Amino acid sequence: MTDATGTDRSVRTGHGAGGSGPGAGPRREPGAGIGMAERQAMRARRDRMRRWAWGIPLWILALLFLLPFAWMISTSLKPDVEAFRIPMQWIPDEPRWENYTEVLFGENSILIPFGNSVFVAVLRVLGELTTATLAGYAFAKLRFPGRGPVFIAYLATSLIPAQLLLVPRFVYFEKLSLYDTLWALILPGMFTVLGTFLMRQYFISQPDEFAEAARLDGASEFQIFSRIYLPNATSMLSALAILTFVWSWNDYETPLVFLSSPEKYTLPMGLTSFTDENGAMAPGLSMAASVISIVPILLVFLIFQRRFVRAMTESALK
Amino acid sequence: MAIVDTRIEGAGDPTGVAGARRPRRRGRAPSEPRPYVGWLFIAPNVLGVLAFTFIPLISVVLLSFTQWNLVSGFGGIEFVGLDNFIAVFRDPTFWRSLVITILYAGVAVPLTLVVGLALALALNRDLPGRGLLRAAFFIPYIVNIVAIGMTWQMLLDPGAGLVNQVLGVFGAEDLPQWFASSHWALPALILVTIWSQAGYANLIYLSALQDAPAQLYEAARIDGAGRWASFRAITWPSLLPTTVFLLVTLFVGISQTFGMIALITNGGPGSSTTTLSFYMYQTSFQFYRFGYASAVGLVTFIGIFAVMLLMWRAQRGRALHD
Repeated sequence: MTDATGTDRSVRTGHGAGGSGPGAGPRREPGAGIGMAERQAMRARRDRMRRWAWGIPLWILALLFLLPFAWMISTSLKPDVEAFRIPMQWIPDEPRWENYTEVLFGENSILIPFGNSVFVAVLRVLGELTTATLAGYAFAKLRFPGRGPVFIAYLATSLIPAQLLLVPRFVYFEKLSLYDTLWALILPGMFTVLGTFLMRQYFISQPDEFAEAARLDGASEFQIFSRIYLPNATSMLSALAILTFVWSWNDYETPLVFLSSPEKYTLPMGLTSFTDENGAMAPGLSMAASVISIVPILLVFLIFQRRFVRAMTESALK
Repeated sequence: MAIVDTRIEGAGDPTGVAGARRPRRRGRAPSEPRPYVGWLFIAPNVLGVLAFTFIPLISVVLLSFTQWNLVSGFGGIEFVGLDNFIAVFRDPTFWRSLVITILYAGVAVPLTLVVGLALALALNRDLPGRGLLRAAFFIPYIVNIVAIGMTWQMLLDPGAGLVNQVLGVFGAEDLPQWFASSHWALPALILVTIWSQAGYANLIYLSALQDAPAQLYEAARIDGAGRWASFRAITWPSLLPTTVFLLVTLFVGISQTFGMIALITNGGPGSSTTTLSFYMYQTSFQFYRFGYASAVGLVTFIGIFAVMLLMWRAQRGRALHD
């Protein structure tokens, strides 16, 4: 920074002292000017070198980090017997695309778990957005008796590990005939404390003045919420939608406990159903299914990367 | 907790008028929302949380005083007082699981933090393809645990897995047996955990580094402070709240790790990877000892809660001290 301004100033001074005429253009004085330009060029070169000196090792590290995914893709295109061949062959001679057709349309088609996962995730996202937005708004912007105590109860609830609740939920769902239905995954996911917190944090950051002005104009509370605050919240809403989608898509524990029939399985459960005659995991099919399960989440992430990252950090730290 | 801002405006003012703070609004009743409106807004969420979180929680507390195996139906619930809790404290598997959980989280959490911070410091520079680089390190975090677990299980196969093949090429002998050995299963689990969680720590640290005070670095440089000195004097203190936040969230998350254990090791070999959360699952859904499982869960929860409280107090103490 300092260097840059210094350079700037000396160039300008040089210009003035040289007294170049109107036709001379921006050309600098010989002598001092060339030294300056050289030094600048050197610095630029050094910065570029340093950029790559850090960049190359980090790129290598990143590729190492992603190596398991490369292995996953490679294995998904091999017959099972070749998965563990030594030395490993990264690019199979004859890529076995049949693994993918088998996984998609074969006996244990991944399409049914895929559909179940989409169904669960979409309903969870819709429910979560509705209830968390309404409640988060009220906790942030409305005054009502009992707000403080209810909010503190919420805070305490948020610390409960999910595993602690598995047993009683299991008992309830059994009693309510929700056991082994997708609703056992959807319903608890529609009303979360965490989503309410995230939305509350967002609405607190919004000014009160809009509401006060609208109230004086006779708008109802719901109109203030739906017409003034909600339209501005789209980026936060999509962030919450993405987070909820990711949680729902990757959840393994809840379906493991609450689902028993394979046709109800969601994707993470479905991935475990590809076995060989001995009941061991079949590498080729399992990896093909894994690749298919990762694609949607990767697309969602790459498309909304900025928003997702912002949501992760803002919601967490403010 | 650092998770949310816990200030509650007007919490001490149940009428909701907050007259003292806003005297000019007194008497403007039509512009004030009616008190029940707020309840209408929170009702859907509150009812859901009551039904699916709060009532189950109370049931856990009640169940922890009973003996019950589900198969016998509700009639088979037997009140046993504190027996479950006494049994928990006498249960060698419980203590062993506790030690394993402490070892697991105690190693994985700090290492995840260090890796995440180092990556964040490196990725905070001007780099070719920086956006893609940042995304690359985050991807393991968003991929589902089953795909990750199956992949690592095969990569770490003692005989034919890629990792041991590479180690063999470098002439390593006595190759680690990873998930097949009771000595190596926990380190292998820690390795995969760090790999999958570092991207999260990295992301949170990166965003905290954006807020680091640029003028302070300038001043430090003018004063002749080196990189390490300015890291210690400026960067590290400004990252302290972030570090505490990450410690808490990573600790809560990692101490509850379940999917990977259930999927890869099933708690073994032996009981070398039976953490408390996996033990809870075993007692309830493999042994169907619901009452006892509830007691194990409650004791665990109280323990985790106490650790978080301590971390929070330590941070507050530091903050006041500075």
